[in-house]
Amino acid sequence: MAQPRVIVVGGGLAGLMATIKLAEAGAQVDLLSIVPVKRSHSVCAQGGINGAVNTKGEGDSPELHFYDTVKGGDFLAHQPPVRDMTREAPNIIYMFDRMGVPFSRTPEGLIDFRRFGGTLHHRTAHAGATTGQQLLYALDEQVRRFEADGKVTKFEGWESFDPVLDATGRCVGVVAMDIRSMEIRAFLGDAVVFATGGLGAIFGFGTNSVVNTGSAIAGCYQAGAHYGNPEFIQIHPTAISGGDKLRLMSESVRGEGGRVWVPKNPKDNRSPASIPETERWYFLEEKYPLYGNLVPRDIASREIHHVVYNLGHRVEGEEAVYLDLTHRDPDYLTKKLGGVLEIYEKFKGQDPRRVPMKVAPAVHYSMGGLWVDYKQMTNIPGLFAAGECEFQYHGANRLGANALVACVYGGIVSGVTSFEWAANHAKKAPASTVADSALSRFRERTKAISARGGAENLYAIRRDLGALMVRNVTIVRENSELVKTQQKLVDLAARTRKAPLPDQGPWANQGLVHALEIENMIDLARAITAGALARDESRGAHYKPAFEKRDDAKWLCTTKAIFTPDGPKLDFTEKIDISLLPLAERRYDVVPAHAPKPSIGTASGSAGAAH
Amino acid sequence: MESSQSAGNRTVQVRVMRQENPNSTPRWELFEVPYRPNMNVHMCLLEIQERPTTIEGSQTTPPCWEVNCLEEVCGSCTMVINGRVRQACSALVDTLSQPITIEPMSKFPVVRDLVVDRSRMFEELKKVKAWVPLDGTHALGNGPRYSQEEQSTAYVLSRCMTCGCCVEACPQYGPGSAFIGPAAINQVRRFNLHPTGALNKGERIETVMGPGGITDCGNAQVCASVCPKEIPLLESIAAVARDATVHSIRRWFGK
Ligand SMILES: Cc1cc2nc3c(=O)[nH]c(=O)nc-3n(C[C@H](O)[C@H](O)[C@H](O)COP(=O)(O)OP(=O)(O)OC[C@H]3O[C@@H](n4cnc5c(N)ncnc54)[C@H](O)[C@@H]3O)c2cc1C
Ligand code: SF4
Ligand code: SF4
Ligand code: FES
Repeated sequence: MAQPRVIVVGGGLAGLMATIKLAEAGAQVDLLSIVPVKRSHSVCAQGGINGAVNTKGEGDSPELHFYDTVKGGDFLAHQPPVRDMTREAPNIIYMFDRMGVPFSRTPEGLIDFRRFGGTLHHRTAHAGATTGQQLLYALDEQVRRFEADGKVTKFEGWESFDPVLDATGRCVGVVAMDIRSMEIRAFLGDAVVFATGGLGAIFGFGTNSVVNTGSAIAGCYQAGAHYGNPEFIQIHPTAISGGDKLRLMSESVRGEGGRVWVPKNPKDNRSPASIPETERWYFLEEKYPLYGNLVPRDIASREIHHVVYNLGHRVEGEEAVYLDLTHRDPDYLTKKLGGVLEIYEKFKGQDPRRVPMKVAPAVHYSMGGLWVDYKQMTNIPGLFAAGECEFQYHGANRLGANALVACVYGGIVSGVTSFEWAANHAKKAPASTVADSALSRFRERTKAISARGGAENLYAIRRDLGALMVRNVTIVRENSELVKTQQKLVDLAARTRKAPLPDQGPWANQGLVHALEIENMIDLARAITAGALARDESRGAHYKPAFEKRDDAKWLCTTKAIFTPDGPKLDFTEKIDISLLPLAERRYDVVPAHAPKPSIGTASGSAGAAH
Repeated sequence: MESSQSAGNRTVQVRVMRQENPNSTPRWELFEVPYRPNMNVHMCLLEIQERPTTIEGSQTTPPCWEVNCLEEVCGSCTMVINGRVRQACSALVDTLSQPITIEPMSKFPVVRDLVVDRSRMFEELKKVKAWVPLDGTHALGNGPRYSQEEQSTAYVLSRCMTCGCCVEACPQYGPGSAFIGPAAINQVRRFNLHPTGALNKGERIETVMGPGGITDCGNAQVCASVCPKEIPLLESIAAVARDATVHSIRRWFGK
């Protein structure tokens, strides 16, 4: 058997994990990434990674993790892969521990776990409050080892645009551009894994990194890959204001005891310290006595939005709420949350150990992404996807600290399955001409962009796109506005064709890259908006006041967006696989009767039903 | 979810070092951009990017720079701002004197404008074998146990984002020198402290014993003072130097 060659696009947690699995299996890997992989967006993850290890003796188990994840996702995720992921989660954490990730420890020297949203258990392993950074570095180090052994070749500073399909429609590579030399070439292999992360930049700024444009996903979508559940966009309840990014204050802040409140009197403008306890409204704790501040994100964001925008509460005149840690021991906070608190101090100039933080909701994560089967393969044979760029594990809403585990698990599965696929389908060598038409199409496109004239400004279009999407396709969705948004997106696309490049240079032309990306971002925005318009129900992060309830009779199905030049076509024929857990009402104020029980003891520590 | 609004008519003056490609001669351009609350140097560059007109009114190209996380954790946006090497995303305009001068780092080849090629630093990580040599990623049980104190030490060392501030400041590091620099040396310490990493301690120490290794450090001590992650680089250098001495004595006695 010839040694299979696999192209991995993206070097965040998912892409690096896939690369390692492929290299271990014996594949030759070409790893492409816009940024040096060590600078991927995964470094931003703060709070931690979930795995039911039950270090605290709460009777936690992978079954409970599975249940919490499915319920947190409002039953929109196919259940079998979620179950498999939650079973594997403890092993994933141990693997990182073996790689040397400095997870916070218990007094006995074991990995410590903290609480996160949507669960009653301490299930989140963490390395201080820079967990994503530490996990990414661990995989980066392992990949560097394979690189030193010649099994992996990195192409950093290469941006992939279009997949290359052969005459049978099978994916055998990608067209990519060196963003320094502007060289365009095809990378060919027996399979391709996309692990290009999220698409937050479509919403202007939120908590995401700058390169998270979703452009690579759009390239696959334009080539015929189905885009699953586009309308499910997570809004994180607690981020700080800013003119370039809304920096996240991780859910771990609430996991470590942070309390959300506003002054009871909407007109109260006093500083937080001078507002007595009796005049504070802890609205999450009041409405959700069981989960309190740790309700899932979709719920917390909606409640904050309601309190601030519908009821008019303000904090010192600002459209925000307090996230208060001042009752906790400052040394403990530094130890557990240092990385997050530093961000607040650095960018807001105040010490959150002493002054409550001011936070508001911000666009954070995409539950939707490339549709994949249980082996992480898209509907295009040979084209795999893993990490935030695919749709599989979170349903209608992702639980905190479940992204990292899903990225790594998806990376593992796609590494193994793409190797199998590549080994079974390896050609002697893909004909070098197979990429010709994809290459010439792409070259034509860049030429056309360079030839554009007109009075539009690329960067202004990008800003307008973000503002439009934030206004109409985030926490509250109204059909009338969504219809208008669809038209405005078509108009924005037309404007891009009148935006000349600000730079015609042949070298490191960032403007050309932006121009290519913005067109792709608009295509995804159209799919997101179309999905939101079609889905007349409320489920997880998708909320329509005109359709307040989840509607399982009609909408227990995946949204699949299929690209056409005239806009997305939607398909709803795929029913959700609910073979493992029965549908149930999603409640966080009390324990629902159907909920599985912890195996020994309960969250509150009293003895429960052992079995 | 807010949009940025400008505050009155205040402006910020920014002088940017421009260089079209690795071979062209650098030149300065001066810009004036609207001030915004909480503005950082990255936002100044965004303003110029959208309206690339110099203060004299001449049309130019948007400056190129690298950026990703915007919260000083990825290391991308490192540049020399008012003479000091640091991250553009955490350099707040309110704390900087004007005109703000922005230059690329000087120890690496310039790609264009503020973009430099730092791949050398990643090669150095390869050289010092900055990893735990895993048997495999399949399930092999728990990692080693260690104490909270050991975790605290390791955690601080492991936050290095390969930004390059330390090597920019180090007088011993640069295009004409083989010195691997303090960031890589710190990684040797980090992995030699880890219970599993320590199994290959000798091998890792040897990587810093030849030319370009630990003895090239002139002990100028500026590296630690510019590290944005406050990594105790001097401690790491001292610890690795000690280990190198012990290692060479052992080697001398054939142990
Ligand atoms: C501020 C913040 C905090 C978070 N905290 C947590 C947390 O505590 N726990 C948790 O579970 N989740 C958290 N998340 C979510 C989680 O960090 C992400 O979902 C996850 O890191 C995504 O990883 P990834 O591997 O899919 O992609 P990324 O890490 O985004 O990597 C994408 C890679 O693809 C490359 N790439 C992209 N496009 C192209 C292209 N066209 N060509 C070539 N390369 C390309 C990039 O260079 C990069 O290497 C957080 C998210 C944010 C924004
Ligand atoms: S101590 Fe001085 S010479 Fe040594 S690495 Fe630091 S800056 Fe360079
Ligand atoms: S040691 Fe500090 S200054 Fe040096 S590269 Fe690492 S983070 Fe940057
Ligand atoms: S953008 Fe990541 S450090 Fe500044």
